[in-house]
Amino acid sequence: MSRRVVVTGMGVAAPNGVGLAAFEEALREGKSGIRFQPELEKLNFSCQIAGKPEVSEELLKRYFTPLELKGLNSSGIFYGVIAGMDAWKDAGLDAGNEQETDWDSGIIFGTGILGVDKFREAIHLIDEGRVRRLGSTGVTQTMASGISAFLNSKLGCGNMVSTNSSACTTGTEAVIMAYERIKSGQAKRMLAGSCSDSGPYIWGGFDAMRILPHQYNDSPQEGSRPMSATAAGFVPGSGAGALMLEDLESARERGAKIYAEVLGGHVNSGGQRTGGSMTAPNSLGVQKCIIKALEDSKVHPEEIDAINGHLTATAMDAKEMENWTSALNRKGEDFPMINSFKGLTGHCLSAAGSIECVASVLQVKKDLVFGNVNSEDLHPDIEKQVSRDRIPQKTKEHQVKTLIKASFGFGDVNAVVIFRKQKNEL
Amino acid sequence: METNEIIYCLKKIVKPYVQNDLAFQDFNIKTDFTRDLEINSAHLVDIVLDVEDEFNIAIDNQAMENMMTVGDAVKIIKKKQVNHDR
Repeated sequence: MSRRVVVTGMGVAAPNGVGLAAFEEALREGKSGIRFQPELEKLNFSCQIAGKPEVSEELLKRYFTPLELKGLNSSGIFYGVIAGMDAWKDAGLDAGNEQETDWDSGIIFGTGILGVDKFREAIHLIDEGRVRRLGSTGVTQTMASGISAFLNSKLGCGNMVSTNSSACTTGTEAVIMAYERIKSGQAKRMLAGSCSDSGPYIWGGFDAMRILPHQYNDSPQEGSRPMSATAAGFVPGSGAGALMLEDLESARERGAKIYAEVLGGHVNSGGQRTGGSMTAPNSLGVQKCIIKALEDSKVHPEEIDAINGHLTATAMDAKEMENWTSALNRKGEDFPMINSFKGLTGHCLSAAGSIECVASVLQVKKDLVFGNVNSEDLHPDIEKQVSRDRIPQKTKEHQVKTLIKASFGFGDVNAVVIFRKQKNEL
Repeated sequence: METNEIIYCLKKIVKPYVQNDLAFQDFNIKTDFTRDLEINSAHLVDIVLDVEDEFNIAIDNQAMENMMTVGDAVKIIKKKQVNHDR
């Protein structure tokens, strides 16, 4: 029997807010997390602005023991553990005090690459012939699944514990994978999320591709411009988001608060054919992913109240809008509200999907559409398709019963998930 | 360096890795790192690195394998320091 799946907890470490409350406030008020990064200037990056969560030593001490912090040099683990543990606790679950393994709970926490700074340390030691000086955590901080493994050292889950990786769809894919695990009855609770390291070794490759904006080093907060005519490339970001997904019955038994229901979703690839490539999406694949997600959720396009796009602030934004209007067969005044949070966070890469799912679920829970900063000069190809008022510049109240969220990634991969306000929450 | 001094330094080094605080209170020459203090075996590697840094010595694999107790560690440190002094 197919189980229903709900979100019972959330946590986030985003460039514009660490912790759910700070993040929500930043989104409501249009507070940007994009800052000038002196380190990138020193290293001759073209784009010297980025989104990086502000994580103090004091904050880290609340999440990590002194022993765990010893030699820990993996920013993805910092962010992932903060977001993951917050989501777990927000769901009202006991964190790490149980002596027994919890066989009904699992973790899918994705990343693109983990612990690059730690890996750099290791490379230097190895090249100097001092491999024995690496210490015991050189592997666990840099293996991709290090983040799900680290979280589980605190949580003691005995169900599936894994890390998925699919470029910038990673976070949304993790939510869908966790949803499917619970839907099929194989788990009661899954912590779903993703993280992305910060820093030049993550962002350098994108800078080299000349797809980051170089015009905004003196005005960082204006640099990330989704849907704008002056969008000049995506601003690199980092962080983590996490959602506690739970079997509806289990959530009700526990009396847990419910943020929203995960109605369904779909993951696919455009196959890097007919316009798709390593770095560009095949529009057919995108549209198919949206349509399949609607089918899986048994939702009619007319029921969609809000869209959270991938919309990274590149020339592809207009193309994405075309894909939405085609797949939903809605345009102009009839188009749902749409937004991108990347104007405030930058593009958090493998963490983007999970951070944006957290924000999307907040919109469903609170009947809001967060504003699109830096979209005042809407791209003409977008304005032709969708009414200006469908792309609010400031946060506005709006009934969001059903929301669709998409993420796309290098390799021509797509993930679309649909969230709905829970019935007894209406 | 005197045995007592070495034990004092070792106690400081080992502290963050200890999982059995009761056994740690009675830290002496016979204390076994894994059996008594319940230190995760992966962390023994880190303790060896910390000892190397603290005493400015190098502990080879053979010596590390024989380092089961505080007493073993004291012996190894003393021997390496003698070599070092030469």
